[in-house]
Amino acid sequence: MFAYIVRRVLATIPVMAIVALFVFSLLYIAPGDPAAVIAGDQATPADVERIRASLGLDRPFLIRFGEWVWNILNGDMGVSIFTNLPVTTMIKQRIEPTLSLMILTLCLAITIAVPMGVIAAWKQGTWIDRAVMGFAVLGFSVPVFVVGYVLAYIFALELDWLPVQGYTAFSQGFFPWLENLILPSIALGGVYIALIARITRATMLEVLQQDYIRTARAKGAGQTNILFLHALKNAAVPIVTVIGIGIALLIGGAVVTESVFAIPGLGRLTVDAILRRDYPVIQGVVLLFSFIYVLVNLLIDLLYTLFDPRIRY
Amino acid sequence: MQRRSLMQAGFAAAALPAPAFSQGAAARTLRVIPQANLTSLDPVWTTAVVTRNHAFLTYDQLCAQDAKGEIQPQMAEGWVTEPDGLAVTFTLRPGLRFHDGEPVLARDCVASIKRWARRDPFMQVLSAQVAEVEALDDRRFRFRLKKPVPLLLLALGQTQFPCFIMPERIARTDAFQQIREPIGSGPFRFLSDEWNPGQRSVWAKFDGYVPREGAVDGLAGGRVPRLDRVEWTVITDPATAASAMTTGEQDYWEYPLHDLLPLLRRNRQVVVEQRLLDGTYGICRFNTLHPPFDNPAIRRAVAMAVDQRDYLRAVAGNEAGGWEACEGVFTCGTPLANEAGSEVLKTHDIDKAKAALAAAGYNGEKVVLVAPGDYPQINALSLVTADVLRRLGMNLEVVSTDWGTLIQRRASKETVEKGGWSIIHTTSSGQSLSLPVFHLFLRANGPQAWFGWPEDAEIERLRAAWTETGDAAESRRIAEALNRRAMEVMAYVPLGFYWQPSAWRRNVTGVFKSPVTAFWNMGKT
Repeated sequence: MFAYIVRRVLATIPVMAIVALFVFSLLYIAPGDPAAVIAGDQATPADVERIRASLGLDRPFLIRFGEWVWNILNGDMGVSIFTNLPVTTMIKQRIEPTLSLMILTLCLAITIAVPMGVIAAWKQGTWIDRAVMGFAVLGFSVPVFVVGYVLAYIFALELDWLPVQGYTAFSQGFFPWLENLILPSIALGGVYIALIARITRATMLEVLQQDYIRTARAKGAGQTNILFLHALKNAAVPIVTVIGIGIALLIGGAVVTESVFAIPGLGRLTVDAILRRDYPVIQGVVLLFSFIYVLVNLLIDLLYTLFDPRIRY
Repeated sequence: MQRRSLMQAGFAAAALPAPAFSQGAAARTLRVIPQANLTSLDPVWTTAVVTRNHAFLTYDQLCAQDAKGEIQPQMAEGWVTEPDGLAVTFTLRPGLRFHDGEPVLARDCVASIKRWARRDPFMQVLSAQVAEVEALDDRRFRFRLKKPVPLLLLALGQTQFPCFIMPERIARTDAFQQIREPIGSGPFRFLSDEWNPGQRSVWAKFDGYVPREGAVDGLAGGRVPRLDRVEWTVITDPATAASAMTTGEQDYWEYPLHDLLPLLRRNRQVVVEQRLLDGTYGICRFNTLHPPFDNPAIRRAVAMAVDQRDYLRAVAGNEAGGWEACEGVFTCGTPLANEAGSEVLKTHDIDKAKAALAAAGYNGEKVVLVAPGDYPQINALSLVTADVLRRLGMNLEVVSTDWGTLIQRRASKETVEKGGWSIIHTTSSGQSLSLPVFHLFLRANGPQAWFGWPEDAEIERLRAAWTETGDAAESRRIAEALNRRAMEVMAYVPLGFYWQPSAWRRNVTGVFKSPVTAFWNMGKT
């Protein structure tokens, strides 16, 4: 197992290298010029050129890429073209809201979606099953921002129960933190809940047909035991896989959710950086997201062994 | 049930931490939704409006414009011009200090002026006549001039690209490099450790600030800080920003979206008013390098089809007083505003424009109009022009992109087949169109001109003549000649102007009319 983990961690290195090359190349060929953004309308072309030179943007691709890779290997993600702040500082400022949002959404989604899927499978063909599947279709179909606006309208504007926007750091208290994140998490969690509920239902339906479930029933095991102890554990591998894949959904959804609820997270940092062509920030954040995604998938692979002892690495 | 009571009931057992501020402190903090994200702190390095607004909080000016546009002393106690006009000596007010506690000295002003002069287009025009700027002692510095420069004070006190004073050690930074320390001598201190670009920027009252005596008057007069803190929170989504204003989570919204103004006006706790003194002007710019718009007659034909009202409704709606047509090149309501030769802009007739287009020899050349989808106002202007061009029967391709891509593409001098462009739109503050010296779109010096690169010796001659005249009547005459010639050259079509109101909670006091969003003199009850 240890050797497997080491192999997998080492395998992330070429993946990250490819991502780095891809991101850097994409930004190099993409249209847009930070020097023009900085210089503004009043600047002459010569001014823009001088700013571009001062930022080192006039140097050849390979030199810039080589320097960037060398700095990354030395733990330096560069400095934002606009703010003059190190990219690592900007990421540190923004990572807590995004992680908070994602973790809360994840907890919320798993807590709601797995029981929903299990119950839908158990009550297959009944109104409960149809209601769960109806919700799943709704969750997939309604965009995150629409859910966000509706929630904000009802719970913030009409009922005045929760704030419309913003983020309070965890260090300032659990409840103020939670108060700001409830609505964004529900909005972001909708599609995720739908995804997990559907896959849980489908997998549970398959497992519930297995002989060992019939045996458990014959032995007089209780319904709850059958569903959550025997069936769910055996259905866990595809569910955990979907949860892992869904992290990408969360990352994408966080960008929209953070904009709707004005949460100062990495999603908004990415969008702002893209709009301004702040290359070091874009590169840093995309690399970080890729790393998180690779790491989550490694974690998921390791979790397989917990749920299915037949899987060995 | 209210939010607070729900939370209290739900979490009664939990020991909630103390709030970050007492109620009194909250009452002395102004929570602002700025027009954009503050990403750069150097007002010389970038011309972004949001950076300029930050600079008005953090830095001070030697002189500043009052509500009538006249230049008044600010940090300067006053100035003396020698009888021959070849030297102007400024004296600083006593007791001025930077936020690091150091006194403001004449040499700080000299270094700041020199750095700013390298980037400000207005001062660059005047610099040819400046022999030297030198500190005479701690409180006095002097401009030595090669010949009298009547516009010197206007350049130093302008609002478009203001000359802010920094400590000499910071102002020595190259004008094309960004400064690292935002230390000024303005009424508020920038709190760097609380700066989270894209989310929050915070200023605290500078206790060592010595305001000028007298009531606030535009950007002149006493810049008295009446708030302990000013906090900017970036809310990119306009609907969320409107909700935050409605619930009282924010106190001041600099640029509310026009579509949301009726919603805000319905809330009794929110005031929506025109605070900014200048309107925002729409500009439709032609690329004069390539067909079909290398032909002035075709440019004029398009202008004949333009009705500014269509554009302004598209941006600012039908609200009374929300916009006004302005069919000349200079800012309406300013001394140089005129409509000499503007008949072509008053045609407003598609059929006549079609006939003019045919007479001009339009042969179906492709027209590429680049529109920024992420910039609602400029996108709206672009779409109206697209409609006009279609109705004229022009061979149009609309390229919808983001602003970042547009500002790079507009620098391309290639043909449209090779990634160039034919028409772009932008907006400009009324300030920057009020005088020929900083009227960007009036420049016609070919490769050095603003994107579109028109070339016209007569416009350049008139502009140079204007900078040298000190006589009001002559200045006006030149402005009329400029307008007339601009309508013949038609390097751009003026699209009129719309007002950008601001919104604030009713308990915000001391809001004053000004050409920029400034926060001194303001308080909360």
